[in-house]
Amino acid sequence: MMNSKPSWQAGLALVLCAVAMATVPILTAEATAPMSSGMTSLVVGLIALPAVASFAMFSGLASAAVLFVGAHGAAWLLISGIAGNEGTARMPYFLLLAAAWLLAWRCVAVLSAIRPVSTQVRTLLRLLIPAIFGAWILIIWEAVTRGAGVPFILLPPPSAIAARIGNSLPILLADVRQTIFKAVLFGYIVGCASGFAVAILADRVPFLRKGLLPIGNMVSALPIIGVAPIMVIWFGFEWQSKAAVVIIMTFFPMLVNTVAGLAASGHMERDLMRTYASNYWQTLFKLRLPAAAPFIFNALKINSTLALIGAIVAEFFGTPIVGMGFRISTEIGRMNVDMVWAEIAVAALAGSVFYGVVALIERATTFWHPSVRGGRA
Amino acid sequence: MLMTVNQATATSVDQNAVVEARKLGLTFQTNDGPVRALADVDLTINKGEFVSFIGPSGCGKTTFLRVIADLEQPTEGKISINGMTPEQAREARAYGYVFQAAALFPWRTIESNVGLPLEIIGLSKAEQQERIKRTMDLVNLSGFEKKYPWQLSGGMQQRASIARALAFDADLLLMDEPFGALDEIVRDHLNEQLLRLWRQTNKTICFVTHSIPEAVYLSTRIVVMSPRPGRVTDVIESTLPTERPLDIRESPEFLAIAARVRDGLRAGHSYED
Ligand SMILES: Nc1ncnc2c1ncn2[C@@H]1O[C@H](COP(=O)(O)OP(=O)(O)O)[C@@H](O)[C@H]1O
Ligand SMILES: [Mg+2]
Repeated sequence: MMNSKPSWQAGLALVLCAVAMATVPILTAEATAPMSSGMTSLVVGLIALPAVASFAMFSGLASAAVLFVGAHGAAWLLISGIAGNEGTARMPYFLLLAAAWLLAWRCVAVLSAIRPVSTQVRTLLRLLIPAIFGAWILIIWEAVTRGAGVPFILLPPPSAIAARIGNSLPILLADVRQTIFKAVLFGYIVGCASGFAVAILADRVPFLRKGLLPIGNMVSALPIIGVAPIMVIWFGFEWQSKAAVVIIMTFFPMLVNTVAGLAASGHMERDLMRTYASNYWQTLFKLRLPAAAPFIFNALKINSTLALIGAIVAEFFGTPIVGMGFRISTEIGRMNVDMVWAEIAVAALAGSVFYGVVALIERATTFWHPSVRGGRA
Repeated sequence: MLMTVNQATATSVDQNAVVEARKLGLTFQTNDGPVRALADVDLTINKGEFVSFIGPSGCGKTTFLRVIADLEQPTEGKISINGMTPEQAREARAYGYVFQAAALFPWRTIESNVGLPLEIIGLSKAEQQERIKRTMDLVNLSGFEKKYPWQLSGGMQQRASIARALAFDADLLLMDEPFGALDEIVRDHLNEQLLRLWRQTNKTICFVTHSIPEAVYLSTRIVVMSPRPGRVTDVIESTLPTERPLDIRESPEFLAIAARVRDGLRAGHSYED
């Protein structure tokens, strides 16, 4: 196995441990609950032993497991040790954090080098690697904001954001219902459907295509979000004005992509349909729309992101007292940044789920496309 | 030549003529000026014939087939298909066309690709199934019904595209270098199958190729063409029997016809510079 050989990550982690040991204590004298020297040794041990062990020649999986336990155990101890002692961390704290992170890095490197035979293990690895990656963003964020005592206003630690989410579920739910289930979904469906319908119409009527397409291309590139205040004047404070913004934002990408997709089928395929004396609609449904599917899904994915941005930002310009954008703009004014971050986290989650669902449907529908089946054209 | 009475569609004076071209010409208007792809083509193709078109690249073979298929409009002369204009013939679904590439739809399985023209005609599901099965058997593709085109080799894809044209069940089959991209062994095999199929179904076949042995092996008549402008320089009747094993290609009779085709091609070339 090539996986368990000396690595610079483990080596550097050992060096960092040594420097940390030489510069203890971990916390300053002001700490109300200083870390015991036993605790410090435990952290160092959790990092140093796996680092040394990973030099030994055992299998990639075992080495990854040891590294995983060491890195996350050490991080856990550091973070729980800083609780109540915010802002008192000294250099060794950050050195040990960096060493733990290096172990996690090594762990991911070892895992990516594994070539598993069974598909289940492969799927597991494909999920595990980004999960470790994401977890470390949160770990470092948590440990650094607490250790260095970063002001809450600037950047609250993830644990505080999570606590805020847990305590404000009813509010967050009401905001999601207002913004996502009303403005975003309605606007997205209407915007995409009308963009699609107009694209078919433009395909039938050449003068529409010649007139509308250049405008569509131009408008697709504009920051349409600027029309939000006008939509509020036109359609009032309720979610309808936000849906209108979303409709305008999603309409043109769908129009432009669908028209491009309808031109994507090959000459030979179209000639083939002609030899069957196939009529316009038969050719559309049996050839041109399936060939356009990758383009249409592209628009659906772009639009899932645009719709969320559009609805949230549009709420900055006036809403009833509910909605994700409304909450963000009012809570930031009241210095409740954890609530702002809670909304951002919910928006990120909702956006990922939305995009993920569209991408899954895409995979199922355009399974034949070389980019999906991973084959040649 | 084998001739049966042409039913239904024939309104032409000559009951046996499937394709009749008179002084046919086609000039493409391109950015570099006009290109005469076809000039003065006079040709009659009768029912049940297997006619090959051979000639150097750019001599208008594809263009001629496309004019028959109403995919291009001639600029001079006249052409009739079963006594109709090409457009009427196309609307009447008088022919099946096999393109140079298989042109299968990657989102459809092989059987549903073969069934595509049948869906468009609006046949019943049962009739579709029956025809799909029959033509897939005919081209030896049984067992691959549920596969997707990209899961098949090039030769199998081309066979599927032939099955698709056959499922259509028109009396006229237009084939534009269908085996051009395949290797020799697959090609021999498909040539044999095509010949067997033609004998079984009694279709009229127009077959474009630039391989002399392929043209001689398959055809009852070989049309030699030459470029700039594309025109017919020779029409050679084959004296080979209808029953043609692959080794007929070593017979003196076969070689004599091949030599005549080669001479015809050379004569066509001598017009140039
Ligand atoms: N759509 C087209 N527009 C312009 N020129 C064309 C077109 N199709 C074919 N040609 C020209 O017509 C001539 C005959 O082409 P083609 O029938 O494809 O030849 P072949 O099939 O015998 O190789 C060539 O010179 C080609 O460049
Ligand atoms: Mg050609």
